[in-house]
Amino acid sequence: MRSTDKTTEAARVMSICNACRYCEGHCAVFQAMELRLEFNSDTLDYLANLCHNCGACYHNCQYAPPHEFQLNVPAAMAELRQENYGVYAWPGFMGKLFANNGLWVSFLSIVVITLFLCGTAILTWDDFFSAHENAFYGVISHDVLAAMFGAVGGFVLLALLVSIVKFWRTMNLPSPFRLDYPRVMQGIKDALSLKYLDGGNGQGCSYPSETPSMARRWFHQMTFWGFMLCFAATSSATVLHYGFDLPAPYRYLSLPKLFGILGGLGLTVGPAGLLILKARADAAPKGKTNKGMDVSFLVLLFLTSLTGLCLMFVRDTQYVGVMLSIHLGVVMTLFLSMPYGKFVHGFYRLIALIVFAVEKNDHKQVVGVCPDKKAA
Amino acid sequence: MKTESDHYDVLVAGGGQAGLIAAIVAAEKGARVCLLEGAPRTHRGGNTRHTRNLRPMHIGPLSVLSGTYDEAEYWDDLMRVTKGKTNETLARMTLRQSTEAVDWLEARGVQFQPPLGGTLHLGRTNAFFMGGGKQLLNALYRHADKLGVEVHYDAMVTSVEISEGRFKSLQVGHHTISANAFVAAAGGFEANIEWLKEAWGDIAENFLIRGTPYNRGDLLRMLLDAGARQTGEPNQCHAVAIDGRAPKFDGGICTRVDCVSLGIVVNRNAERFYDEGEDFWPKRYAIWGRLVADQPDQVAHVIIDQKARGAFMPPVFPAVVADTIGELAQKIGLDPATLEKTVADYNAAVQPGKFDHTELDGVHTSGLAVNKTNWARTLDHPPYSAYCLRPGITFTYLGVEVSEKAQMQMADGTESPNIFAAGEIMAGNVLGQGYLAGIGMTIGNVFGRIAGREAADYALNR
Ligand SMILES: Cc1cc2nc3c(=O)[nH]c(=O)nc-3n(C[C@H](O)[C@H](O)[C@H](O)COP(=O)(O)OP(=O)(O)OC[C@H]3O[C@@H](n4cnc5c(N)ncnc54)[C@H](O)[C@@H]3O)c2cc1C
Ligand code: SF4
Ligand code: SF4
Repeated sequence: MRSTDKTTEAARVMSICNACRYCEGHCAVFQAMELRLEFNSDTLDYLANLCHNCGACYHNCQYAPPHEFQLNVPAAMAELRQENYGVYAWPGFMGKLFANNGLWVSFLSIVVITLFLCGTAILTWDDFFSAHENAFYGVISHDVLAAMFGAVGGFVLLALLVSIVKFWRTMNLPSPFRLDYPRVMQGIKDALSLKYLDGGNGQGCSYPSETPSMARRWFHQMTFWGFMLCFAATSSATVLHYGFDLPAPYRYLSLPKLFGILGGLGLTVGPAGLLILKARADAAPKGKTNKGMDVSFLVLLFLTSLTGLCLMFVRDTQYVGVMLSIHLGVVMTLFLSMPYGKFVHGFYRLIALIVFAVEKNDHKQVVGVCPDKKAA
Repeated sequence: MKTESDHYDVLVAGGGQAGLIAAIVAAEKGARVCLLEGAPRTHRGGNTRHTRNLRPMHIGPLSVLSGTYDEAEYWDDLMRVTKGKTNETLARMTLRQSTEAVDWLEARGVQFQPPLGGTLHLGRTNAFFMGGGKQLLNALYRHADKLGVEVHYDAMVTSVEISEGRFKSLQVGHHTISANAFVAAAGGFEANIEWLKEAWGDIAENFLIRGTPYNRGDLLRMLLDAGARQTGEPNQCHAVAIDGRAPKFDGGICTRVDCVSLGIVVNRNAERFYDEGEDFWPKRYAIWGRLVADQPDQVAHVIIDQKARGAFMPPVFPAVVADTIGELAQKIGLDPATLEKTVADYNAAVQPGKFDHTELDGVHTSGLAVNKTNWARTLDHPPYSAYCLRPGITFTYLGVEVSEKAQMQMADGTESPNIFAAGEIMAGNVLGQGYLAGIGMTIGNVFGRIAGREAADYALNR
């Protein structure tokens, strides 16, 4: 078992909450906590990933600072999350990238975008500033694009998969074939509906301020579904390209376009909204985490959709080369940073929610029951 | 502190539930209201911050409450704890008007915990605040703000001017503010150790105060000195046994230790002194504060063995653990030989029976000076655990007498025309002794509403 400053603080916090329990109605963290008497690092990683940092239990806590107990559940959980994202990362040494995420992602984006700009400029040379008959493929051929993104995508998938398996094991879940499917569905439903951003009563969470609000839930949904639609746009284009021999560009009333436009809009409004909320949010419940991680991820999402939408408009103009390079640079940075940035939270949270559905159903703790297991 | 004006329709002292509700009701009736809260913003809301629920009467399911909790049953419950020390008219009025409490609060943004099922059996008798009393306070402060109630923090009322039972003005430091009507809702005096000592003697030095350090009873003292009629005894209060390591003030709910009925309790001399199995813990919870207060040094130790682990609410501080009783005694500073004898005598006196912690199982000891009448199991499965206990004062019952209009009564038999009281400062009218979970907030809620309404009506000449 891991024992660090972050796990020690989270265990202290949970022990006080477990004796108090006033917040049990707010979210899954407290209900999961109540099944336990002690908190080891496996359990704490689980609880940390159940926490949505909604702030409710901070604003309503009788022991919040300046009380001598100095209780701040969301901050303890946020700081522990940042630590355990790194612990579950693969390859292991890359986990360090969570610590100064904002910095290296910004750096990476500059490098990657510059490379794309220079690369395309050198390759297309005189044609860099001209319109092309077949839009972007006139700038970079489809095969080059597919090879480049295929390779990076393959690595990203592998890294994510290994991390997820590591987390899955720690959460003591059985192999995917022996899962309890109704519980899995419940977990997926809770994750997709962002159930635990509802404050417990459907009134919304205490974010950005103490006043309950649905804003975070809405913007998060726009971001998530925007992302999924953009993903659907790329996938449908791939199917059309390879399956039906229908290469881009597509008409406005085609699947990839419709998905892309809708998704792009969601993925601009959503992250922008979340960034604004974040800027306005109370500082205390966020903890001393590297806020750069959240910000860099949101900015990348925002820029991905913004540059994507721009690209659509300048597709047939002389600016296609510049725009495409920038867009591809942003997307590539997003890809590369996925296994080592905020993107991973979705998977861990989903898994934690599935475990929670199982525990709740069986009234029995699943995570953290192997105290002699060696540290991950 | 600087207020916007020197004169208000209604002035309220105390920003806990009772004062806030009075301020809100008065403002809703159109009065110009100023609320003075003695604590800083971070500590606003006094003991209300530490509460969990209130107890409303209801016929049939009501909001988050199931079943029926009618006046007869509520009254019986109140009689059982107060042993008749209550003002029946005020008490019955409180029970009846408590029915509206949940709706009233919900309409002003307070959230209650929906019944969750599972391990959390929420109730028929008590409505639980989502996130506890601080959530209730946050919502009510927001609502008061919307209504234009002027709220001041760090605003301890330091003196009041009352002549012939009529409120004129008050002072917060050097600042004087007057008003047509005044609502006193500044809590009890439980945080005032000197005052507690007047009633309890020097042992009060060893009491821990579960709630806010700001309820020093200064306003109560001023009102009594100005001729208000006193209700209740100074040593009547809600006192429970809490972990001896709890903070001196503000430890709140989490410092409770609820394994008393699962083990034995010994004093500094390593001797048992009361039947730990007398009744279910929630019912007996409130008597152990006094029991421990009566012991030397106001300290006791509850001792359990491995069998009891995990069968009670997890305590906030870790237990002292040892493999033998002698070693445990040493660790907690008791005489090992005496504790070994106490445990051996107790073990030898345990009669056979089927232990069942969910009911009064009658499994008892026999032949001891102090027998345990239920849940008596031998202490023989190491490791053994000990928790230190001290008296924890929740709130005091001595207060000012009030009428059905929450109007303050004077010692000379008249009533003050424009002074109203709500909450802890007058809870003793209803709760002369004992305690019924959730009734503190119920009294504050009902009298807060009455005081706000009457104060506004008086102030606006209606
Ligand atoms: C740990 C704990 C748990 C409890 N749990 C429950 C429960 O679950 N249910 C229940 O019904 N009851 C509970 N109670 C009792 C409950 O807290 C009180 O009955 C209720 O809060 C009283 O409300 P109030 O507004 O009268 O007083 P308070 O909420 O204490 O407010 C009094 C306010 O007056 C202020 N003040 C004091 N002196 C001055 C002054 N001179 N000038 C200006 N302001 C001043 C204080 O700062 C304070 O904010 C609990 C109490 C404690 C300590
Ligand atoms: S956050 Fe505070 S109020 Fe909520 S359960 Fe924990 S200790 Fe209690
Ligand atoms: S911040 Fe919100 S989600 Fe996290 S533990 Fe507190 S109530 Fe639960």
